[in-house]
Amino acid sequence: MAILVIAEHDNSTLKGATLNAVTAATRMGDDLHLLVAGADCGAVAEAAAKVACVSKVLVADNAAYEYQLAENISRLIAELGKNYSHVVSPATTNGKNFMPRVAALLDVAQLSDITAVDAADTFQRPIYAGNAIATVQSLDAIKVITVRGTAFDAAAAEGGSAAVEVVGSVHDAEISSFVGEEMAVSDRPELTAAKVVISGGRGMGNGENFELLERIADKLGAAVGASRAAVDAGFVPNDMQVGQTGKIVAPELYIAVGISGAIQHLAGMKDSKIIVAINKDEEAPIFSVADYGLVADLFDAVPELESKL
Amino acid sequence: MKVLVTVKRVIDYNVKVRVKSDNTDVDLANVKMALNPFCEIAVEEAVRLKEAGTATEVVVVSIGPKACEEQIRTALALGVDRGIRIETEDSPESLNVAKLLAKVIEEEKPELIIMGKQAIDTDNNQTGQMLGALLDMPQGTFASEVQIDDGKVNVTREVDGGLQTVALNLPAIVTTDLRLNEPRYASLPNIMKAKRKPLDVKNPTDLGVELKAHTQLLKVTPPEERQAGIKVGSIDELVDKLKNEAKVL
Ligand SMILES: Cc1cc2nc3c(=O)[nH]c(=O)nc-3n(C[C@H](O)[C@H](O)[C@H](O)COP(=O)(O)OP(=O)(O)OC[C@H]3O[C@@H](n4cnc5c(N)ncnc54)[C@H](O)[C@@H]3O)c2cc1C
Ligand SMILES: Nc1ncnc2c1ncn2[C@@H]1O[C@H](COP(=O)(O)O)[C@@H](O)[C@H]1O
Repeated sequence: MAILVIAEHDNSTLKGATLNAVTAATRMGDDLHLLVAGADCGAVAEAAAKVACVSKVLVADNAAYEYQLAENISRLIAELGKNYSHVVSPATTNGKNFMPRVAALLDVAQLSDITAVDAADTFQRPIYAGNAIATVQSLDAIKVITVRGTAFDAAAAEGGSAAVEVVGSVHDAEISSFVGEEMAVSDRPELTAAKVVISGGRGMGNGENFELLERIADKLGAAVGASRAAVDAGFVPNDMQVGQTGKIVAPELYIAVGISGAIQHLAGMKDSKIIVAINKDEEAPIFSVADYGLVADLFDAVPELESKL
Repeated sequence: MKVLVTVKRVIDYNVKVRVKSDNTDVDLANVKMALNPFCEIAVEEAVRLKEAGTATEVVVVSIGPKACEEQIRTALALGVDRGIRIETEDSPESLNVAKLLAKVIEEEKPELIIMGKQAIDTDNNQTGQMLGALLDMPQGTFASEVQIDDGKVNVTREVDGGLQTVALNLPAIVTTDLRLNEPRYASLPNIMKAKRKPLDVKNPTDLGVELKAHTQLLKVTPPEERQAGIKVGSIDELVDKLKNEAKVL
């Protein structure tokens, strides 16, 4: 039986997280189908058909799927999912929102946020804020899985030539509706895909001071992240939170500025290749995971760093 | 309206858990346990709805062994009216939790169900959504704002790109994110009062739910530990190391 991967997209572009999920899926079996569910999402379907290793793209294009409301899209995925061995989605907030509903509709478990595929039915996933790794075997006929993007390389976005098939079924539960959204607009790379991430914590003092980090981000082509404390204090928006219950990042270089290094924060960044910490407290736990630590006042160190890049 | 909240007993968030040497699980012996932080936020939200006159009664449910009554009592001390514990040996798998909760909800008929978005032990982030599917109820997950009006609830959700607001028909399920509210502490008089609030115990058979194993835990291993690196003395040294040693600049 084939594997169904749910594409992450915004109706116009296919998101990178899909490609990491595709790679994870290739370790579970070799016949991969991608589902693009949205509204006016033809461009996404075209992009999906080019992804390496994908044999078929299913497109469900209907107003009911425009905002990927969990109540609607979970019914569609569960209906299609019956004919697959695995249903796989990136562990984005979209995937986290609708996939457990899919699992319950299929009367199976969901394996959340997997980081390795040991066998077609056996997976690894972090638990307790990444302080332990569970190896879990699924006993269900259909495996419903969300994938941690940073744990798998991206599949090639070009080179495939999948057949595109239209899915006609429309599921509109009519119990929920979209009201509005406030999306951050940024020219910077996406936090979860950036090669360099510079994050600020409570030590930044206020939102304006994040400009110090943004200037470095501009020079390095980096994304800017934050600790929970910085988000809670209103310095920066919620989508910048890195950690156990925020975004998981694993860039080549992670620079933590004015962040103490609580386990919940480490859970979101400790798989980064190189970690730099700038903190005025030499006892800060962040130094226990940092490759290069600098004990300094950030208001001296960060501007100096910028000038020397 | 009646509001139902769920609470899970988990390891205290400040504790760094260790894996047992035989790799069967993590070691929870003598570890401090607490209310899951996201459930604390759920309780706070429900209590605020009661204080605002929107909620008439708040019921708390926890599933697990007798020890969970400690967390139910905490919720009662925070202002919840009564508690229900469903007796199981450990906390069951999420789908089983959702099935048990679905039965309680069919009996209790709350109009709003508030749960944590994630239990910080299993990090599953799935039970509320599963419950939604089982009851065919709408869900507002990762909520940072909840507004009830006119048979609907508007939920502002923390999503990858920012914030999204959805309108849900009642009854509905909300799962909490960190910015929804700041939970209060229980006062001593309220802790005393909570001891006398009703707490019912049910078991899965009473509810007609058969617990089924969907997964098997094969082993639990420690993550790859990162070694602490070096301290650099200056920005010049840092930039030099990043360029010439780590080669990331
Ligand atoms: C359920 C739950 C989920 C959570 N999820 C997350 C999560 O996903 N992500 C997350 O980050 N946290 C999360 N947390 C919060 C976490 O426990 C910590 O509270 C948080 O990470 C602390 O943020 P911080 O390091 O910015 O603040 P603090 O711990 O207050 O640290 C500030 C640091 O800045 C340093 N500093 C101050 N001024 C300066 C200066 N001028 N120059 C240099 N250094 C300076 C200080 O020495 C200190 O080390 C969660 C907590 C709970 C309970
Ligand atoms: N054993 C349990 N008893 C009561 N509520 C639970 C239990 N397990 C999970 N929940 C609820 O479901 C939420 C999400 O848990 P999870 O899906 O396991 O991450 C928790 O924050 C609780 O509100």
